[in-house]
Amino acid sequence: MYTLSSKLRLFSIILVVIGALGLTYGFLSAPKTIEDVKEMAAHDAHGGGHGDVKATSGDHANESHGTETHGKEDAHGGDAHYEHTLHQLQNKPWAALYVAAFFFFMIALGVLAFYAIQFASQAGWSPVLFRVMEAITAYLVPGGIILFVILALSGFHINHLFVWADPEVVAHDKLLQGKASWLNGGWFIFRAAFFLSGWMLYRHFAVKYSRKQDEDTAGNKWYKKSFKIAAGFLVFFIYTESMASWDWIMSFDPHWFSTLFGWYVFASLFVSGITTIALITIYLKSKGYMDFVNNSHIHDLAKFMFGVSIFWTYLWFSQFMLIWYSNIPEEVTYFITRIEDYKLPFFGMVVMNFVFPLLVLMNSDYKRINWFVVMAGVIILCGHYVDIFNMIMPATVGESWFIGVTEISAVLLFLGLFLFIVFKALTKAPLLAKGNPYIEESKHFHY
Amino acid sequence: MASKVIHALYTDDDVLMDAVKQVRAEHYHIEEVYTPFPVHGLDKVMGLAPTRLAITAFMYGCVGLTVAITMMNYIMIEDWPQNIGGKPSFSYIENMPAFVPIMFELTVFFAAHLMVITFYMRSKLWPFKEAENPDVRTTDDHFLMEVDASHHDLDTMTSFLSNTGAVEIKVIDKQEDNH
Repeated sequence: MYTLSSKLRLFSIILVVIGALGLTYGFLSAPKTIEDVKEMAAHDAHGGGHGDVKATSGDHANESHGTETHGKEDAHGGDAHYEHTLHQLQNKPWAALYVAAFFFFMIALGVLAFYAIQFASQAGWSPVLFRVMEAITAYLVPGGIILFVILALSGFHINHLFVWADPEVVAHDKLLQGKASWLNGGWFIFRAAFFLSGWMLYRHFAVKYSRKQDEDTAGNKWYKKSFKIAAGFLVFFIYTESMASWDWIMSFDPHWFSTLFGWYVFASLFVSGITTIALITIYLKSKGYMDFVNNSHIHDLAKFMFGVSIFWTYLWFSQFMLIWYSNIPEEVTYFITRIEDYKLPFFGMVVMNFVFPLLVLMNSDYKRINWFVVMAGVIILCGHYVDIFNMIMPATVGESWFIGVTEISAVLLFLGLFLFIVFKALTKAPLLAKGNPYIEESKHFHY
Repeated sequence: MASKVIHALYTDDDVLMDAVKQVRAEHYHIEEVYTPFPVHGLDKVMGLAPTRLAITAFMYGCVGLTVAITMMNYIMIEDWPQNIGGKPSFSYIENMPAFVPIMFELTVFFAAHLMVITFYMRSKLWPFKEAENPDVRTTDDHFLMEVDASHHDLDTMTSFLSNTGAVEIKVIDKQEDNH
């Protein structure tokens, strides 16, 4: 049995407190009125020409806010630009919160999908890691509830995150009117509740059956049940994950659409989940709790990290290249705003998520060295945070983005919460799922 | 130079693995082992050095990538930078996404084919090569271990090998080394 060390408990509580304080600061320091923005812009101008840049970029207003700006322009005249910047800056702490909430939730979801795949494919190597996976998916419930609350707040326009949720914007926007039958608050919230409850339901029963199988020494009744629900879940998951990615990420840019978006988000959450499994397994092994895990298991996880990183890149590039190549104005604005305003994060994440793991994890020997896998894993996780950042920020804060106190605090807040819940869940059951029919094979797994 | 070798035949891969371990523990020199299929772990117990084929493949891949980049940079950017459908041909990086499929394919092509050819050359395989098989049964259901017997007492070696589970033992006079 794993016992939560007081150090780790304190560490995660400190993270949550620091994160909450920083995020509160982020919310408080966001400008309230247009006058605040003007004052900030004046300060920036003194600092050195930054105000000019903002003034020019105000003209090609971020696409998703475009109609809003034009609508206001008639009424307020010259204040339209400041109004636009005000909305971006007010969105900033919300978007930071949302990116971090989604990022940690997607790790739990990715692990859940990986767990189901291990059951459905009857993998012989992974059962020794099942308890780690079950513990990581424990974050699915609280993380999912937090995400749901944020989505509900945005879906009913408590904040400006989703432009389609603003009735005033929709009133002036033919395209959003056309999509209103899908993108409206009530239906949006209902879908979110449906997806989340479906995933949580699978998680609940999978863990329950896994515990029951531990006590069932005679047969494989609970294992077989788990196999069946895993197969059912995977079918449910691939539909709902795809739709969730339209709802929770693609609808930040409601004028834009991409057909492989669901797969792209899936690759991102899948590789983050696998990386987290590897990191937590290596941590527990280093503390002496998982002596039945050998370096062949780490090798297999590292192979998955390597392969899915390349899969992610394949999808990222396929989406980018098809849109870049055909250059259709209604599609390409998505990448134009990203390349103009987010050059470093947009291309930096390709280096972090592709070039780095490609070169580091290619060698078979390196995949067995713990610190190598940890280093690659940390870079991959940071890279996928930047990936989510790139998907959400351009549509919510536009050119006013910055990875500062607010963003880092939001990550720390959820990191603390994630660590606390996951390691708390690890104490709930023995670390070896001893009833699993493949456990002996897995213990002796050797590559 | 004439040399003596012993051919010990086995009918089971587990017995063969054990025999290899015992022979190596006695410090006899195993010239070669012929098996009808890959026996997992045989290279390890024989103490063979790991292959470096993967490293060559990586380098061949780098060559392929370089070839692709140099070729397209010369053709599309330097030699005749035409405007084809509005694609920017002012510099390589501007039009790079369009070149990536070719860069990828040439990397894979070079890595795969040159590695295969390296494998053929290193293992001396070609279409009209004379087969080196000492006993036709080793391609079907027998395993053959060839042990160097030049400086050993033949009787002790024979009895030792038959104790390791060999079903048949032959002493062979080799006229020339066929490696």
